[in-house]
Amino acid sequence: MDRNNSRRQLAAMKQSLFDQGHLDEQFIQLEELQDDANPNFVEEIVTLYYRDSSRLITNLEQTLERNPLDFNKLDTIMHQFKGSSSSIGAKKVKAECTLFREYCRTGHAEGCRKSFQQMKKEYVALKKKLENYFQLARQTGPLDRACRPK
Amino acid sequence: MNLSNGKGSISPVISTMTMKSGETSDQFPAGLRVLVVDDDPTCLMILEKMLRTCLYEVTKCNRAETALSLLRENKNGFDIVISDVHMPDMDGFKLLEHIGLEMDLPVIMMSADDGKSVVLKGVTHGACDYLIKPVRIEALKNIWQHVVRKKKNEWTEQSGSADEADRHPKASDDADYSSSANEGTWRNSRKRRDEEEEADDRDDSSTLKKPRVVWSVELHQQFVAAVDQLGIDKAVPKKILELMNVPGLTRENVASHLQKYRLYLRRLSGVSQHQNNLNNSFLSPQEASFGTISSISGLDLQTLAAAGQLPAQSLATLQAAGLGRSTARPGLPMPLGDQRNLFSFENPRLRFGEGQQQHLSNNKPTNLLHGVPTNMEPKQLTNLHQSAQSLGNLNLRVAGSSSQGNPLLMQMAQSQPRGQMLSENTSPRVPRLPNPLGQPNVSNGFSDGLLGRNGITGGSRPPAYNPLAPSSSFLSFPMNQSTEMSATNFPLGSTPGISSIPTKASFHAEITSGMKGSAGFPSYDIFNELHHQKSRDWGMTNTSLTYDSSQHANPLHNNIDVSPSVLVHQGYFSTQQTGQSRDAAPLIGKSPFSLGESSEHGNLQNGGQHLNPLLVESSIRIKAERFPDASSQTNLFPEHYGQEDLMSALLKQQEGIGQAENEFDFDGYSLDNIPV
Repeated sequence: MDRNNSRRQLAAMKQSLFDQGHLDEQFIQLEELQDDANPNFVEEIVTLYYRDSSRLITNLEQTLERNPLDFNKLDTIMHQFKGSSSSIGAKKVKAECTLFREYCRTGHAEGCRKSFQQMKKEYVALKKKLENYFQLARQTGPLDRACRPK
Repeated sequence: MNLSNGKGSISPVISTMTMKSGETSDQFPAGLRVLVVDDDPTCLMILEKMLRTCLYEVTKCNRAETALSLLRENKNGFDIVISDVHMPDMDGFKLLEHIGLEMDLPVIMMSADDGKSVVLKGVTHGACDYLIKPVRIEALKNIWQHVVRKKKNEWTEQSGSADEADRHPKASDDADYSSSANEGTWRNSRKRRDEEEEADDRDDSSTLKKPRVVWSVELHQQFVAAVDQLGIDKAVPKKILELMNVPGLTRENVASHLQKYRLYLRRLSGVSQHQNNLNNSFLSPQEASFGTISSISGLDLQTLAAAGQLPAQSLATLQAAGLGRSTARPGLPMPLGDQRNLFSFENPRLRFGEGQQQHLSNNKPTNLLHGVPTNMEPKQLTNLHQSAQSLGNLNLRVAGSSSQGNPLLMQMAQSQPRGQMLSENTSPRVPRLPNPLGQPNVSNGFSDGLLGRNGITGGSRPPAYNPLAPSSSFLSFPMNQSTEMSATNFPLGSTPGISSIPTKASFHAEITSGMKGSAGFPSYDIFNELHHQKSRDWGMTNTSLTYDSSQHANPLHNNIDVSPSVLVHQGYFSTQQTGQSRDAAPLIGKSPFSLGESSEHGNLQNGGQHLNPLLVESSIRIKAERFPDASSQTNLFPEHYGQEDLMSALLKQQEGIGQAENEFDFDGYSLDNIPV
């Protein structure tokens, strides 16, 4: 009973991640890749993503401190970051990345800084939510992870 | 079939299978060996997992350099490569270039960047697919098709020439080698030919026995630098080798690499052409047929492209005072695209595009008769728009028609009506000759275009050959007008040019006699005159070539003379091509003979029909080759291969013909452009 409960809770949590626009279809793709060989595949990927992307974030922060802004460099780093983010289905983060790159293209320094802050906020928020989600998922067990939310 | 070996052996299995009939095993594509290259660990891990879920064998790699060395170490270890575009150590396109040059594997590019220009860049660099990140597993489930497509292309390429019994052993001998020979269709022909020429050396030496030279990035850059320094057309292996000055590197290594490099360049331009073609078809979406035969049309358009490029080239040549052509060329492939674009956009399709398409329809369906009226249209249009059309257009048109001439060889049965048209066309033009420059250009170019055709229609009976005098006077017009042409050109070329005339003339004569037998052509007197003028012109055109590399006049002429006969020959002996195309001289003797036999109209047509598939094929090849050749100039050819090679190239049947045609067409073009 307890287990069912937490499973329902897990599903609801995931659903809210989608409803709030934090995640997109790609996340489900990852979940579907999860199998007996890699029961924690999604979590591993997300962990890897946050480990690797923190380097990019630092890099971006440093580059953003400089004046005038090196838009090319920012765009390149952000492109990479966007690639990673989209791979895990971090929908909101990705959207901010796109916005950021748009500002880079138009040379809009203020826009860049603003969207970067926004992006970081989403990035951190998603991290927290996913951590909670994975924690609950571990408690719940391997079942039902791959089911698509409505 | 060794399916039982499991995953690891799948790839050989594939090649065996495709060699045989293209059937697929139940397990395929399980075990497809994929190399994934991405600097982003997250993406890499996801991709790896996805690919494994697809049951592929995955090797992952986070650096392009590592990927390249992996590929080099294990040449046949992978079936397909998936690479990110943006990588710190090496641009994905660079990697793509290297893979294209060295292993010729299908490469899929991927990037979060979905900008059209980036995708386009991937495609033009030879990527077989471009995936937008995040990559979905659905897309990866399908990537095996690229492997099959490549192998299949190769297979069709081989079976396409299945008649050539003597080639088969070769093909199977170097299955290994040829398995790397799969290309997009449009460059198959070229590749094929290169293979042919290389085949002998490579078969028994470089591929199997000699240690393979690894063309590292550095080495390749040295090579590119040397080529750039020499100019792509002037770059012969020996000189490159001298410039590179790398110990241990042999001329053969360089030659082989140079060929690949040229292929690569060609592929780039070929692809961009393709895109242009696509644009074309977009322009007139209502022309469904265009879409359906897009591959062929693409090739045909390439011809045009080549033609379009010619003006620039010949101009450059002329300005460079005949011999010094070197400077203008390296950049040419690129301007090409522009010109083509200009052409396709400026020309209301009605005039040119449509005509072109109709040419296509001539080639493609076996219905020869149908082709006749359509062929005329562009010409008539020319008449109408003669004065209004820009020179560029004219050049293009002429080029189109002359290029058409070659494929038209098959259409001999119909060529007579066309001949009439021609005479109609030309007659108004002849009086116009004295007009200001613009007009003569038209006529001049046109007569050239006619050349190709007349060569086929060949109204010249031996007796009619006498009235050379009038024709030569006709000739003098264009000559005088083409002031830009350095005077030396003519003396140079005139001798070989003339010498080539007799051969050709006799050839035509023989053909035409056959033709006449089949269908009484009333107005062939005029025609004959025209033809003479034309054959005269032909000689002239040869000159334009010869000033380029006068010492090659002979090989060139050989080519020119031979090629039509070979074509004809093929037309009538479609089943026996290879063996007979062995020797050009006997061929000449034979082809008229066969023509005589098939003097009956129906027979002719039958021959033509048989031919058509073949012809289409050869014409395609011609076109595919023409573009690159034109861009890198003709002298590449003679310089590179020399006369013996030429002959051997001829031996190689269609490829040889393609080459010869190429030269032959080219001549026509350059004359066209002279007055410009």
